[in-house]
Amino acid sequence: MTGRLFNWGTRHGHALVSTAGHLARHRIATALTVLAISLALALPLALNVVVDNIRAAGGSFADAIGLSVYLKPGTSEQRARALAADARARAGVASVTLITAAQGLAQLRKQAGVGTALDILPDNPLPAVLEVRPNASSAVPSRLDALRSQLAAEPEVDSVQLDRDWAVRFHAILELARRGLLISAALLAAGAVAVIGNTIRLEIASRGAEIEVTRLVGGSNAFVRRPFLYAGVLYGLGAGLVAWAIVAMAGAILADQAQRLAAAYGGAFALHGPSARDLGMLLGAGAALGWLGAAIAAGRQLARTLPRRHV
Amino acid sequence: MIRFERVSKRYPNGREALSQLSFEVANGEMAFLTGRSGAGKSTVLKLIALLERPTRGVLTVNGINTAKLPARRIPLFRRGLGVVFQDHRLLMDRPVFDNVALPLIVADVSFREIDRRVRAALDQVGLLGKERSVPLELSIGEQQRVGIARAVVSKPPLLIADEPTGNLDAALAAEVMGLFRRFNEVGVTVMIATHDVHLVRESGLREITLASGSLDASSPVLPAIAAVR
Repeated sequence: MTGRLFNWGTRHGHALVSTAGHLARHRIATALTVLAISLALALPLALNVVVDNIRAAGGSFADAIGLSVYLKPGTSEQRARALAADARARAGVASVTLITAAQGLAQLRKQAGVGTALDILPDNPLPAVLEVRPNASSAVPSRLDALRSQLAAEPEVDSVQLDRDWAVRFHAILELARRGLLISAALLAAGAVAVIGNTIRLEIASRGAEIEVTRLVGGSNAFVRRPFLYAGVLYGLGAGLVAWAIVAMAGAILADQAQRLAAAYGGAFALHGPSARDLGMLLGAGAALGWLGAAIAAGRQLARTLPRRHV
Repeated sequence: MIRFERVSKRYPNGREALSQLSFEVANGEMAFLTGRSGAGKSTVLKLIALLERPTRGVLTVNGINTAKLPARRIPLFRRGLGVVFQDHRLLMDRPVFDNVALPLIVADVSFREIDRRVRAALDQVGLLGKERSVPLELSIGEQQRVGIARAVVSKPPLLIADEPTGNLDAALAAEVMGLFRRFNEVGVTVMIATHDVHLVRESGLREITLASGSLDASSPVLPAIAAVR
């Protein structure tokens, strides 16, 4: 059993090493192919980074969103505090601030020209208000709606106000960006497969004599194909690495400018470049696409050289 | 080892390369396939190597009916066959060792075993010490011998050769024939296609003559063939 495993290992190891050597020897051709594929991979990565950054930026602006929960007049302060505590305990709620009727009146009084008018009123007309701030992940229209209906269900609650337009717009933009990302990623992946497939096809065509001899001494299809599949995988891996480096560099160049823009808006914002996880995904995707392109090219070409009957 | 039973081969362009050809080569025999260019010698070898299949008739090689062999078993079949070409067909960008080792590499033989067998094969053809050389550095005769070493390295029971001495002078040709005879002596069945009639006559071995795709009735044929007919 270990003998067979060993054989598998040496077979693939041999194919991998000889392919790597071959690619290393033809440096310019390899570099050009890797660059072409890496540009195809860099674009979806760049879009992904942009979307991630938008989402992060949106998160820090989520403070702007809040629900104002107006309690029915006559609710006791004790009850109001209890409701505030309940609201705080809900999932998705970052903070709850209780503004009692008295506090509301005091705030109103501070505004110029209002003080004496208020003295005329016999009772405090203002209700108690709970200012509920959702946390960043709950700042989505659907969750906000859910939160609003939950809060409105409480018997002491008169009405709940929510400025959801901002959240809706922000998420529409994010969704659009994400869909655009998926579509462009699919198209560019197809492009990468095509480039690799074509490169491998040309490789196979140029090594026809070698393939023929290998076949004649009893090399199976799998044996003949293996080095080309590995070439595809290596191209893909190389391209993934280069793509990540390209986007990382672009991010570094833009980070400075992005920070200045954010400062002009009064916010602190740091542009994130692609992460280590992005690198892992890109290497995986590159290897898979490389394998696929090579398999398609090799499959078609090598199948043509089997014995025919010529009936 | 080889049995052609009324084998015909017709190509899509209408050319009939072989016509009702029948002959037999026994295990351990050494025989020559002769005839003028276009008589069908190369076709016979291509059919034996399963590069093509007969249009009609039955070809049995080493007990295997080639018509019934599925495509995926062909690589394995070819590993039991040593082929020597007129134009050696070596990989010019690889050292001699890699060239000779190829049949063993495709058969998943261990590295240690490959090393041993390649050296043994090179020794048999008198090229021990040239493993690291690249074919371009060798003479024609040496290149041809590398080709022969590659054909015998996996110790196949059958060796076929297509004009192996075509590019060689008389002395080298005799040397190469000597090699083939040595292999035959240890039990390998050898079939050589050649139009060097002189060489054949000198060897005194059996001659299977083709003319226009079938056996030439006028050639000196041994009784064994007449019996198959």
